[in-house]
Amino acid sequence: MEAAVFILSLVDCCALIFLAVYFVITLSDLECDYINARACCSKLNRWVVPELVGQALATVLMLVSLHWFVFLLNLPVATWNMYRVWKVPMGNMGVFDPTEIHNRGQLKSHMKESMIKLGFHLLCFFIYLYSMILALIND
Amino acid sequence: PLLALRVVNLLQERNLLPLGPVTPPTPCLPQDLQKINCHPEVFRSTLTSIPQTQSLLNKAKLPLGLLLHPFKDLSQLPVVTSSTIVRCRSCRTYINPFVTFLDQRRWKCNLCYRVNDVPEEFMYNPVSRSYGEPHKRPEVQNATLEFIAPSEYMLRPPQPAVYLIVLDVSHNAVETGYLDVVCQSLLENINALPGDSRTKIGFITFDSTIHFYNLQEGLSQPQMLIVSDIEDIFLPTPDSLLVNLNECKELVQDLLRSLPQMFGKTMETQCALGPALQAAFKLLSATGGRVSVFQTQLPSLGVGALKSREDPNQRASAKDIQHLSPATDFYKKLALDCSGQQVAVDLFLLSSQYCDLASLGCISRYSAGSVYYYPSYHQQHNPAGVECFQKDLKRYLTRKIGFEAVMRIRCSKGLSIHTFHGNFFVRSTDLLSLPNVNPDAGFAVQMSIEENLVDMQSVSFQAALLYTSSKGERRIRVHTMCLPVVNSLSDIFAGADVQAITCLLASMAVDRSVTASLSDARDAMTNASIDSLTSFRTSVLTIQQPGLLAPACLRLFPLYILALLKQKAFRTGTSTRLDDRVFAMCQLKYQPLAYVMLMIHPALYRVDDLTDEGALNVSERTIPQPRVQQLSVEKLSRDGAFLMDAGSVIYLWIGRNCNPNFLTQVLGLPNYAAVPLNMNMLPELDTAESQRTRVFVGWLREQRPFFPILHVIRDESPLKASFLQNMIEDRTESALSYYEFLLHIQQQVSK
Repeated sequence: MEAAVFILSLVDCCALIFLAVYFVITLSDLECDYINARACCSKLNRWVVPELVGQALATVLMLVSLHWFVFLLNLPVATWNMYRVWKVPMGNMGVFDPTEIHNRGQLKSHMKESMIKLGFHLLCFFIYLYSMILALIND
Repeated sequence: PLLALRVVNLLQERNLLPLGPVTPPTPCLPQDLQKINCHPEVFRSTLTSIPQTQSLLNKAKLPLGLLLHPFKDLSQLPVVTSSTIVRCRSCRTYINPFVTFLDQRRWKCNLCYRVNDVPEEFMYNPVSRSYGEPHKRPEVQNATLEFIAPSEYMLRPPQPAVYLIVLDVSHNAVETGYLDVVCQSLLENINALPGDSRTKIGFITFDSTIHFYNLQEGLSQPQMLIVSDIEDIFLPTPDSLLVNLNECKELVQDLLRSLPQMFGKTMETQCALGPALQAAFKLLSATGGRVSVFQTQLPSLGVGALKSREDPNQRASAKDIQHLSPATDFYKKLALDCSGQQVAVDLFLLSSQYCDLASLGCISRYSAGSVYYYPSYHQQHNPAGVECFQKDLKRYLTRKIGFEAVMRIRCSKGLSIHTFHGNFFVRSTDLLSLPNVNPDAGFAVQMSIEENLVDMQSVSFQAALLYTSSKGERRIRVHTMCLPVVNSLSDIFAGADVQAITCLLASMAVDRSVTASLSDARDAMTNASIDSLTSFRTSVLTIQQPGLLAPACLRLFPLYILALLKQKAFRTGTSTRLDDRVFAMCQLKYQPLAYVMLMIHPALYRVDDLTDEGALNVSERTIPQPRVQQLSVEKLSRDGAFLMDAGSVIYLWIGRNCNPNFLTQVLGLPNYAAVPLNMNMLPELDTAESQRTRVFVGWLREQRPFFPILHVIRDESPLKASFLQNMIEDRTESALSYYEFLLHIQQQVSK
């Protein structure tokens, strides 16, 4: 049962890592002029909700299996994702808005956010891996 | 520089305004470089001496940015037709007067410092017919010039001029009578529309359905095609909705003559603006062009329908103002679609009720269009507004226009642009997409210093605008500006351009009001003045004196900040309609610097004693130059007449005991009691005083592309309140007087 929870979380975490890498690559493409703002933002906006769902899933899994420390580790990121989607003003075209992305250093801040998430997910990946191996050994 | 740093105690010196207009500071460059530098009306920086490091800039607490007016109507513009356009190999900067020639064959780029070769063709100078002197060529002698672009600069064959007029014909709209004015204006100016033999024109009218007009050559009269399925707009015929103007001119004129009568008796009250715009986009997406939308009410039907969000009880709120951002992303998305197909949408809003300009304005903002606003437009109740609309339309239809344009702003290595202000879409880092470029649009950018500018004496900025002229020629207009680099705080203050700083702060405050809140923006503006004066006091002043000390170049800064706080866009506590406020915000971001400054700080003159002393002599006319007065009722005198130039409107205030000479000789009235409550014209009397006054007002008016209405104000005039609201130095029930504001700042600075 323990092992199953961690295997699921591991797979979820892998998906989140790939997603974070995709965000970083798309944003740096925009910075280097390989794609335009509209294409970049529509690509990224597509994956905002899946990322939210993936992160929420990992958090809930940890909560349900009573692993408090990892749950508390995941909770801030999950709430941040939800806050990000909630505070988008009505006139904007999603979390990534092509008319605003070049203003006020938004491109850089989105890039930084994605890099931090990438680092965080890598950390979580190793936590889940270790816990899964432990659980498998103990079974 | 010494004069600019002269310390002024703002609490003591009351007469801070210069006699005439405020002049921009001159950059401290060597004489020969400054002579050929870009004209400040075209390209201007908030700091004419660029700090060497970002930390130095942060210490000065002044924003660093550029204000441009790249497509301004210029009287002298050198045009170069050359087979080779010389550009830097790495950064693609155009060769300009500030490059250095290492020898006759190599030149060093002033933006990226790469050494390039001079092409063979460039060695020959066609103007002086000499060889071997590339630095004498016009490209290297002029900071502003235009190239005729060869075919490498075209993604597709240059488009023809395409104009689409979209008219609201609901009952509300027809009642205001605007259709007569628009059709009349088009008929009069139909031959003056910029374009050539390929110019195309089309019309769409809409109420609850969309009406297209088949203007095919050969038809006896225009044929109207109605599409009532507004959920899924389609074009009823594939062509002949957009026709060649020259071939079908009679049909177009027939349509314009019959349009007002066609809808004279309409009872339709609904308005389907969203579907109409979608139809317009479909029609123009193949070629690109300009859409002019005339709207008189809140769109109520179909996609993009808006609800009334304004709460009339909140107009005079002393706290935050809501609903400054768009309600839906429909107009923004459509504007981006239009921008991708080189279609610009200009919006004319003629309405007496709330129209949610915050949402509607997006259609113009991101497609490089312009917004025109005529509140309470009505042909009988508001004849002055009708005249204003007519004159603005004439300018709009006949002014120069550029199609399918892009603009790139490049800076020297070490500087980078981080925010853009203006009506355009930023397609990628510093590439601005402008489907239409017009001579009345201003732009601004904010910069930061990424790498320290050590070992550099000067930095350069270049704005290159690539566009298709209305005659189908691909042209590139290049402006280059050079500014010195300094590393001391006092030099930075000496080079501060107070008007440019104010305009950039206004644009930043508009952004802040929309993304955060209005009170945040107001606080940020006040803090800008407090912080910069604190920085001056602590870092530059050697002797601490009491009072509020400012350098001479920034002496007007607190006055302008107070003016911004009392401006329609940012004021609280005074009843302001939401649409008026949003339009003021749009204008602050869109207008070029000169007109923004008039909007923020109108110019007040005494006109009952105009003399020819110190007058300007321009083309055989003697234009009197009265002194600019402070904006306080203290300066108004009961026995005089004062003229206030507020940019889009001019007030002529008559004192109760006004000089009877002025009343009879200039206004043609026997006494004060005879002054009517709404007088909008100065009669053409044959007296010297009348002549002088009319020449002065005419001179003020012809310096700008829009037409300011003249209002004559007397004690019981309905517009007296608007006139007095511009007296920014005075106290009101919701705002401080200038002196109180200075005391507040001084209190914060001395902490």
